Amino acid sequence: MTSVVSAKNLSLTFETNDGPVEALKDVNLEIGKGEFVSFIGPSGCGKTTFLRVMADLESPTAGDISINGMTPDEARTNRAYGYVFQAAALFPWRTVAANVALPLEIMGFSKSEQQQRIARTLELVNLAGFEKKYPWQLSGGMQQRASIARALAFDADLLLMDEPFGALDEIVRDHLNEQLLKLWAETNKTICFVTHSIPEAVYLSTKIVVMSPRPGRVTDVIDSPLPKDRPLDIRETPEFLEVAHRVREGLRAGHSYEEEG
Amino acid sequence: MTSAVAATAGIGRRENLLTRLWQGNTGPVLIVVAAILIFWYAMAVHMNAPWQQRLNDRAGEEVSFTQFVDQTWSQKKPLLPAPHQIVGEIWNATVLTDINSRRSLAYHSWITLSATLLGFAFGTALGVGLAVIIIHNRASDQSLMPWIIASQTVPILAIAPMVVVGLGAVGITGLFPKALISMYLSFFPVVVGMVKGLRSPEAIQIDLMRTYSASPWQVFKMLRWPASLPFLFASMRVGVAISLIGAVVGELSNAAGGGLGVRLLTGSYNGQTIQIWAALLLAAALAAILVSLVGVAERFVTRRMGGAA
Repeated sequence: MTSVVSAKNLSLTFETNDGPVEALKDVNLEIGKGEFVSFIGPSGCGKTTFLRVMADLESPTAGDISINGMTPDEARTNRAYGYVFQAAALFPWRTVAANVALPLEIMGFSKSEQQQRIARTLELVNLAGFEKKYPWQLSGGMQQRASIARALAFDADLLLMDEPFGALDEIVRDHLNEQLLKLWAETNKTICFVTHSIPEAVYLSTKIVVMSPRPGRVTDVIDSPLPKDRPLDIRETPEFLEVAHRVREGLRAGHSYEEEG
Repeated sequence: MTSAVAATAGIGRRENLLTRLWQGNTGPVLIVVAAILIFWYAMAVHMNAPWQQRLNDRAGEEVSFTQFVDQTWSQKKPLLPAPHQIVGEIWNATVLTDINSRRSLAYHSWITLSATLLGFAFGTALGVGLAVIIIHNRASDQSLMPWIIASQTVPILAIAPMVVVGLGAVGITGLFPKALISMYLSFFPVVVGMVKGLRSPEAIQIDLMRTYSASPWQVFKMLRWPASLPFLFASMRVGVAISLIGAVVGELSNAAGGGLGVRLLTGSYNGQTIQIWAALLLAAALAAILVSLVGVAERFVTRRMGGAA
C-alpha cells in the first residue's frame, strides 16, 4: 500500500494574544491509498488544523508532511485533493450545476467535459434533477451533498472532509453516512474525515485517529476490523461496539473528558 | 346566470383593487401627500399674508376672507408659492415652451441630467476602481482611505468654483467640469460600500477558492465581484442622488452653462420664487427617478442571480 499522506513530527503553534497555542505537537501519521481515515477528538485537539495543513490552508511550524509525495503547496497547485468544509459554502448566485462547475471553470475544463462531470457527480450524490435549483431552494443535507459533488467534480484522489455533516440532524446524517460509504466504494478515493461523533467515526472508517487537546496530539490510531461492506445495523454488532469502546478509551487517555468538563 | 356571476366577479375584483391599493403603499403615501399639501397651502396663506395685507391697505381695498386667501395663493413673487403655482410654472416652462429655448425647464433639466449621469458614471467607476485597489493591497488601504475620507470633509461649495473656473481657464468648459464635481461627491459612497462588499465573502469561501488554487483574478471574478453587487447597488442609490447635487452645485459657478442650478440662481437674483421652487421640485423629481431606476436595475440583476428576493 503506497502512502498518500505522510506526517513526521508535525507541529503547528499559533501565536495568539494570550501566548502561543500548540495546535499540533509531534504528529506522526501514515495514510495509505484507498483508506477512509477519521480524525476524532474534542474541540481544540487540532483535527481540523491537521486537515487544513494537508490542504495548505495552514503552514506547519515544524516537522514534515507530504501529500502524494509532494509538499502541501505543490499538492494544492496540482489540485491533488478536494476539500469539503463544515458549511456547504455554495455560492448563492450560482445554480447547483454552476456550483459544481466552479472548480472545473477555474481549472479550465472544456464546456462539454464540464457538463459530463456535473451530470456524473450529481448522480453520485443523488442530486440528479436539481441542476437548475439555487442553493436556497435546497435543504441543508442537499446543500452539503452538492458541496461534496463540487469536491468530487475534478476527480482528485484525496478527499478532505471537515465535519461535513456536523450541522445536520441525526437522521439525515445516517443517510449521508451510508451514501458516503457507497461513494467511497465506487470511487476508491482516499478520504480523511474530521468528526466529533464516535459512532460516525467507527461506522465510516478503516482507520480512526484519536486526538486530544492542549497540545493537539495523536493518542491512538485504531485500524478497524469491520468489513468494507457496512449496512447501518452493523452499529449494533459486538465488533462495532468494541471499536467504539476503544475510541472512547483513547479519548479518556487523552484526558479529553476531564478537560472538556 | 353567467353574466350575473361575471358581474359579481367584476365588482369583487374592483373591491380587491381598492383594498389592495389601500393595504399597499398607495394609501399611506396618498395620506402623507394630502397632509403635506394642506400644510403647504396653509403656510402659503400665513407667509404671504403680511405683504398682501400691505398691498390691499395701500390700494384701500376691502376684500372678503376667501378673496384674500385666493390673493395669497396667486402672487407673482410670493414668499412661499402655492403648489398649484409651481405645478403651473413647471407645465408652462416644459410642455408649453420650445425645448430648445433657454426658458424651457426641460432644456435645463436635460443639462443637469447629462452632467449628473456622466459624473455618476465616472464616480462609480472611480469608486469601484479604488475599492479594488484597496482590498488587494494592504498599504493602499491604510494610505488611501484617510485621503478619501478627507476629500468629503471639504465643503463642495468651496471646491466647485475652483474646479469650474480653473478648468475654464484651460479651455475645458461645459459638461465635463460639472460631471467632475458630481464624480467627486458620488465616488465616496461607492468606494466605502464596495470595500465592504468585496470583503463580504466568508472565510471558507475564500479558503475554498484557495484549495482550487484559483488566481486572484478568478477569485475576484467568480467570488468577490458577485458577492459585492448588493453593496454596489446600495452605494449607487446614494451616489446617484448626490451626483445630482454635485451637478447643480457645479452649475452655480457657471451661469452661462445653464441647468437647474442656474435657474435656482437667476430665480433668487430676481426674487422669482416660483421659478426657484419649480427648479427645486424638478431636481427632486429627477433624483427620485434616478434612484428608482437604480432600484429597477438592482431587482433585474438580483433576479438574474437567482436571488430569493
